[in-house]
Amino acid sequence: MQIEFELNGATVGTSVEARTSLADCLRDNLGKTGTHLGCEHGVCGACTVLVNGEAVRACLMLAVQANGDKVVTVEGLSSDNLSPLQASFRKHHALQCGFCTPGFITTAHALLTAEPDADEERIRDVLSGNLCRCTGYVPIIEAVLDARKFYAVQKEKA
Amino acid sequence: MKPSAFEYASPATLEEAVSLLHAGNGNAKIISGGQSLMPMMAFRLAVPEFLVDLKHIPDLNIIRIADDGVHLGARVRWCDIAGDARLLTAHPLLAEAITHVAHYQIRNRGTVGGSLAHADPSAEMPGVALTCDALLTIIGSSGTRIEKASAFFTGPLQTTLEADEILTELHLPAWPTARRWAFKEFARRKGDFAMAGVALFYDLDGNGRAENAHIGAIGVSDCPIRLGAAEAALNGNVVDDNTIAAVAAAARAEIDPPSDIHAPAAYRRALVGTLLARGLTQSAG
Repeated sequence: MQIEFELNGATVGTSVEARTSLADCLRDNLGKTGTHLGCEHGVCGACTVLVNGEAVRACLMLAVQANGDKVVTVEGLSSDNLSPLQASFRKHHALQCGFCTPGFITTAHALLTAEPDADEERIRDVLSGNLCRCTGYVPIIEAVLDARKFYAVQKEKA
Repeated sequence: MKPSAFEYASPATLEEAVSLLHAGNGNAKIISGGQSLMPMMAFRLAVPEFLVDLKHIPDLNIIRIADDGVHLGARVRWCDIAGDARLLTAHPLLAEAITHVAHYQIRNRGTVGGSLAHADPSAEMPGVALTCDALLTIIGSSGTRIEKASAFFTGPLQTTLEADEILTELHLPAWPTARRWAFKEFARRKGDFAMAGVALFYDLDGNGRAENAHIGAIGVSDCPIRLGAAEAALNGNVVDDNTIAAVAAAARAEIDPPSDIHAPAAYRRALVGTLLARGLTQSAG
């Protein structure tokens, strides 16, 4: 099936089977390999992308269901330098092997964009949908808490 | 971990969706959020030949609050319910139960209709529907019917939905403001399926005694269930420590929960008693 959607700000078209997940479409058809596939049944959160501004699991959505939507992958969060959130992850050593990192970044980005004043409890609650097997989560929480100030400024400007 | 091949359509009307299901002759399924169906298809536990997406059908995403209660369209998502402040007073039990449903990303896609049609015995929405005597609107090729939640759930992942029927609305009856209630569940990780959970409400008569007790449980049977003996132990009594102990004991005695990888039966039995006691204590406070 032929589909078309906005990917990281640019319109893209591609042909997929109906059974192709959005995650596979992004990786295989469109080269956005920052979207990682871990469990492929909605448990680990590594494949999280933004669809119309909301964080969703790309493995639990069909590519055809994204037809006409606005999709943002981790590649779409910065152009050349690291985004403030990504820089915060580096500063706080909030990743080790890095496999889960795109899912954490996209999830945290969606949360802080909507709720720049999210407290630690809210951040922990939201990030509990993502699995990491390396860092033990504490540095990840610290990185997200530290990045809030950048999102608060963004929201004020908006 | 990939679904088998299928055809896909995204019709613009309910009538068209029903006729597509009818033409699918038992091999077509509805998809909306897909948060239950997609994992089942990835595991090939579900192998539909045709998927009918509700995405473009209008008005299914509406939360309507009327004199006769709360009406939730089938495509209303968990995040829609959580974000609707009216429900904190219009149906506080629903609002509380929703805080336990799934994780952030899944809440942005998962839907009321999907959860009810999927009928997971541990899911919150079927438990709330059953406990609250909800009515379900179902549209099929032979017309529209209204089903009581108590008749709808027939087994694990089983309902009375025919292959060419679509669940379009959940109606939760009106909620008196003075009603006492609680929703409690326990899961290893918040947002995961509960090992067990309870939903309860009752009203107080002129003498401060409980009446109209409704107590439901999830994760302890093939379907969400009502705990009739526990309700009987609550009705007509002041909600004090003695009553709470009696209700919890009645609940433990009347359930026959399964053992699985998450918890043995004895643990679930004890857990239901504990959750009920906590819920009743909270509701009485």
